[in-house]
Amino acid sequence: MLFELGATAAKLGIFLVILLGLFAPVMVWVERRGSALIQDRPGPNRLGPLGILQPAADALKFFFKEDVTPALADRPLYLAAPVLGVLPALTTFVFIPFGPTVEIDGRAVPLVVSDASAGVLLFLAIASLGVYSLILAGYASNNKYSLLGGLRASAQLISYELAMMLAVVAVLIPVGSFRLTEVVAYQQELWTPAGMWNAVPQVVGFFIFMVAAFAETNRLPFDLPEAESELVAGFHTEYSAMRFAAFFMSEYIAMTTLSALAATLFLGGWSLFGLPEWAAAALAGLVGPYWLWMGLLGLFVLFFKVALFMALFVWVRWTFPRFRYDQLMRLGWKVLLPLALANVIGVAAATLAGWL
Amino acid sequence: MVPVAWYLLLAALLFAIGTVGALTRRNGITIFLSIELMLNSVNLTLVAYSRLLDDRTGQLVVFFVLAVAAAEAAVGLALFIAVYRHRRTIDLDRVNLLRW
Amino acid sequence: MIETLIFLIFAALALASALVVVLHRNPIYSTMSLVVTLISLAVLFVLLGAPFIAALQVLIYTGAIVVLFLFVVMLLNVGREEIGEQRGLVQKGAAVVGAAAFLVIVGLTYLEGYGGAEMAPLDEEFVSLPGLAAELFGRYLLTFELVGLLLLVAVIAATVLAARPRPAVPAEGGALAEAAAVEPATEADERGAGVVTERPDGEDRLVASGGSAGGAG
Repeated sequence: MLFELGATAAKLGIFLVILLGLFAPVMVWVERRGSALIQDRPGPNRLGPLGILQPAADALKFFFKEDVTPALADRPLYLAAPVLGVLPALTTFVFIPFGPTVEIDGRAVPLVVSDASAGVLLFLAIASLGVYSLILAGYASNNKYSLLGGLRASAQLISYELAMMLAVVAVLIPVGSFRLTEVVAYQQELWTPAGMWNAVPQVVGFFIFMVAAFAETNRLPFDLPEAESELVAGFHTEYSAMRFAAFFMSEYIAMTTLSALAATLFLGGWSLFGLPEWAAAALAGLVGPYWLWMGLLGLFVLFFKVALFMALFVWVRWTFPRFRYDQLMRLGWKVLLPLALANVIGVAAATLAGWL
Repeated sequence: MVPVAWYLLLAALLFAIGTVGALTRRNGITIFLSIELMLNSVNLTLVAYSRLLDDRTGQLVVFFVLAVAAAEAAVGLALFIAVYRHRRTIDLDRVNLLRW
Repeated sequence: MIETLIFLIFAALALASALVVVLHRNPIYSTMSLVVTLISLAVLFVLLGAPFIAALQVLIYTGAIVVLFLFVVMLLNVGREEIGEQRGLVQKGAAVVGAAAFLVIVGLTYLEGYGGAEMAPLDEEFVSLPGLAAELFGRYLLTFELVGLLLLVAVIAATVLAARPRPAVPAEGGALAEAAAVEPATEADERGAGVVTERPDGEDRLVASGGSAGGAG
């Protein structure tokens, strides 16, 4: 009982530290240097070598900025909106596995915070709660541009949620279970003895999921609701200083969460064709327990894949122009949704035929 | 272990609260929310009975109730929009052209 | 022991937020309280061994239906309940008495029938999803398909009901008849809908609601 509690707390702590302490600041730096690289300019390079301390400077700036609250804003909702954005994004990480079931002191401990039987479904359900922060922020600011931006952003989110969920359903059909640990186990035995990533047989589903993920996180080319040149700044017009930083952070964490789900569903999650297990066994022979090495290597592989996706997010952002809102909605409902449905039918047929 | 009667009583309480809301408020949206509350209390009763009788039929009925509630919410809100266009109000006491 | 604690916490939360839904003046706060109620109920569903239903509750109810509610509230700018002719005290009293009577009858029936009966501990098979899926697509396949049809009908109905009134289509004649038909239709629209402006035809229906906010905003 106490052991389980301690193990869960440890796993939660690892995730929180990595996400908030590592990914959020590094992403700020990656975004600015990456955009500079693509735009053929130096980017921040004054603070520390290669501008590494830029995120720290940004954080300090946010601390000291004046916190302006609109006079007629709906105070409780205005204050709650940024928090409501961060919480679902952080919570969904409990379903992502970062290793197989290892033995610690004779007990089997799955390397995932929550191995719920409806894991993927709960993940999508909690992720869908992120819409509320957008709507409430837009409404509570008492500003017609914010309201419009908030409504547009949330309509975009719920439209692309459908296509994303159908792409996930297609992945789950051959697996036969909602648990993310089983999805990884399925990929470890797909087609070859060493396993194969789901992205190879289900390219279409992977593509649909990535497009929907871009739309879900309000990233270019789908960031009309919050673009600087449209509708002032959309739903976060009236937010300044730390609250704006909270929105910023919740967007990055949502990107990280969806990237982790994409990595687990389509790229094999913490597994890499059997390499982490082999390396952990080899290292465990020398020093330290197996479960420690397995956990660390699994985490490393998982977050390396997440980092690849984040780099893709940055790359796409600074390469493509943005969609107009009606083009965006047309794409979501008239293109992605039928494509996702056809994908589900195709994968179901392939599973029946025994190919998957 | 929680006795099943507690779940059922909670559901009955929620149903009663929803009923009072549906009968007392004038704002159309709030009435609709009270109706959703009543639907949810029924869901809770169904799941509690499903657990008590060890029969998954209850959970499946909840599944269908969920879908029907979604359909009802969509059509109901569309009706609200249509009513608002013509009468500029959601206050259901004002939408009374069919009263005697 | 822990289960009792979790039940008490979330039951209290559900009751409190249900009261806020019914009693608060501002419809936005009512809607957000409904979200709290729905999530508390989802936790209770998990306690009762139905994680799938709990996930669906959060996904469908709070993730889509209540968002739809919020959209409508914000698009129609539903304000606080106006101070007008309040419902009589007799009417409100009657509602409360009726609900209390229902509660007493049902409560007594439950206590009589189940008293303090405890439930058997959950077994893995009951909670498992494959069993649920087997029943859903086995015994209840027809119902499942009918529900899909119902949702299709609801989508069509909602689209038609919420569409902006379009100018009448002219039967015969050229531009003159068309202009004559558009004129009174636009005027009627103006009179009926206030400041809603006409938008060109052939627009995506889903943008229509965003557009009307743009016209009215």
